[in-house]
Amino acid sequence: MAVEQPAATVPGDQTRIHNIGYRSYDGPRLGRAYARRSLYSQSLRGAYGLGRSVKSKVLPMLLFVVMCLPAAIMVAVAVATKANDLPLDYTRYAIVLQAVISLYVASQAPQSVSRDLRFKTVPLYFSRPIETSDYVRAKYASLASALFILTAAPLLVLYVGALLAKLDFADQTKGFAQGLVSVALLSLLFAGLGLVVAAVTPRRGFGIAAVIAVLTITYGAVSTLQAIADVQGSSGAVAWIGLFSPITLIDGVQSAFLGATSAFPGGVGPSNGEGAVYVLVTLGLIAGAYGLLVRRYKKVGL
Amino acid sequence: MIATESLSKRFPRVTALDRLSVDVGPGVTGLVGANGAGKSTLIKILLGLSPATEGRAEVLGLDVATKGPEIRERVGYMPEHDCLPPDVSATEFVVHMARMSGLPPTAARERTADTLRHVGLYEERYRPIGGYSTGMKQRVKLAQALVHDPQLVFLDEPTNGLDPVGRDEMLGLIRRIHTDFGISVLVTSHLLGELERTCDHVVVVDGGKLLRSSSTTDFTQTTTTLAIEVTDTDEHPDGTRAVRDALDARGVSVQDGSGLPGAGHVLLLTAAGEETYDLVRDVIADLGLGLVRMEQRRHHISEVFTDSDAERKEAVGHGG
Repeated sequence: MAVEQPAATVPGDQTRIHNIGYRSYDGPRLGRAYARRSLYSQSLRGAYGLGRSVKSKVLPMLLFVVMCLPAAIMVAVAVATKANDLPLDYTRYAIVLQAVISLYVASQAPQSVSRDLRFKTVPLYFSRPIETSDYVRAKYASLASALFILTAAPLLVLYVGALLAKLDFADQTKGFAQGLVSVALLSLLFAGLGLVVAAVTPRRGFGIAAVIAVLTITYGAVSTLQAIADVQGSSGAVAWIGLFSPITLIDGVQSAFLGATSAFPGGVGPSNGEGAVYVLVTLGLIAGAYGLLVRRYKKVGL
Repeated sequence: MIATESLSKRFPRVTALDRLSVDVGPGVTGLVGANGAGKSTLIKILLGLSPATEGRAEVLGLDVATKGPEIRERVGYMPEHDCLPPDVSATEFVVHMARMSGLPPTAARERTADTLRHVGLYEERYRPIGGYSTGMKQRVKLAQALVHDPQLVFLDEPTNGLDPVGRDEMLGLIRRIHTDFGISVLVTSHLLGELERTCDHVVVVDGGKLLRSSSTTDFTQTTTTLAIEVTDTDEHPDGTRAVRDALDARGVSVQDGSGLPGAGHVLLLTAAGEETYDLVRDVIADLGLGLVRMEQRRHHISEVFTDSDAERKEAVGHGG
């Protein structure tokens, strides 16, 4: 053995072993769809601070806990008191906790898009195979998914709790499904609005403030006007005013079509005809947000 | 590698490129021009991101107008401006960019480690980019352009903002991209001098027009200027004058380095080749003077413009 070893090491072998020179890459190049998926998963993880600094995990995780905690408490109460219904409808949950959702959008939409704009990383994306629409779709889908996780998780807690408390299965499943459709719409709408506002404000601080302003000021104004209209007895106007803020828009859609009780003053949601307008406006806003984002990135690309 | 044919790009108010026809082969090619000469516009068109107003261009044999995504899969791009987020580490950032180029996760990590090592980033690659020096940031920018092993890279002003040492290191690295990695390079700069030494071929553009395209050997033969500075001795109280006279006597024309720092003590002469260096050395040694420096002048781009403009007018009879 000891004699054979030196014979095995031919000088040529040695250089090959120690050669750490440049190696070219001949492996697969997975192209646009893969890049889009990678960007999606990276952004989705980023929306909960995963793969980022400890500091940036705090807020999204905290908001997630705050979002789920009331659901857990309600379930505990329902199980303990053997109640025959949950204290809050599935569809109503997101409306009640809208402030938490707004805060989440305001904190995560700017971190998702403003960073790339502010540090001018965007040209690096567009000098690669992916196109503007791939980038926008990945970012939009990731924030919408993050919001869906945020809003659907407490509903899941409620649903599992309701089944544990042996509430009526069919009833609960229907309510849960309606709730999921409603928060899916809400996620798309809020993500779109948040991203559009964030994409035009490269400074992160301004972005946060602007998103909060868009989401809460409109709600404040709309609900005040609705209250006035309700007091003056013009209940027809209440429904139309509701079209002008994102959260009342979702409220209108779900009270018209998803069996929810409206949070509008007087408790009267839009009729089916008005509800159709609500759905159209919601879908229009989602499509419009996507279009604006694509336009915005066509301009800043390289 | 790159071929353009009367490529033009007009914006409402400016003409960025004006019927530019160049042919760039493999190797390191310098694209030289003053700010606003159309260098960045050309890169944008070559990446297939901005349509040309007229004319056509091919990169790696692919038409930029129709094959943008295919081209971008095979080329790398290092922008001129800052483009790095400060809160992530170089490793994380480059891995992400590798995946954006289509590399599978494992390959992305391996290639990132390799590439960062090749550009000279070691332990610091795990620290957030925000704390890096300008030189290190330039290396990260270069690494993200090379990580997917492209056939060609576009480097937009890679030496911008670097100190002389960092500049030389970057130029050495650019040279290695071709010699060691086998990747062709198109590098832009507004300094001709630094590209002369790095590039095989230099293309000079001005106002969107091709001013000159030639291999660097042609360039250095006609334009190398030596700057010489010598000491004074008791025997020759004005050493500069003595060298000048001695060189004149041997038939080498010498100019004052007016306009340069230390003017009056600096002599400029045109080097015809190796023998000029020897001649200068011998002359100074014979006079018993000390040679403070003898270096290739770094040209400012404007000098080439005036030179080559004059040449072209003589040769063609009309200005391009």
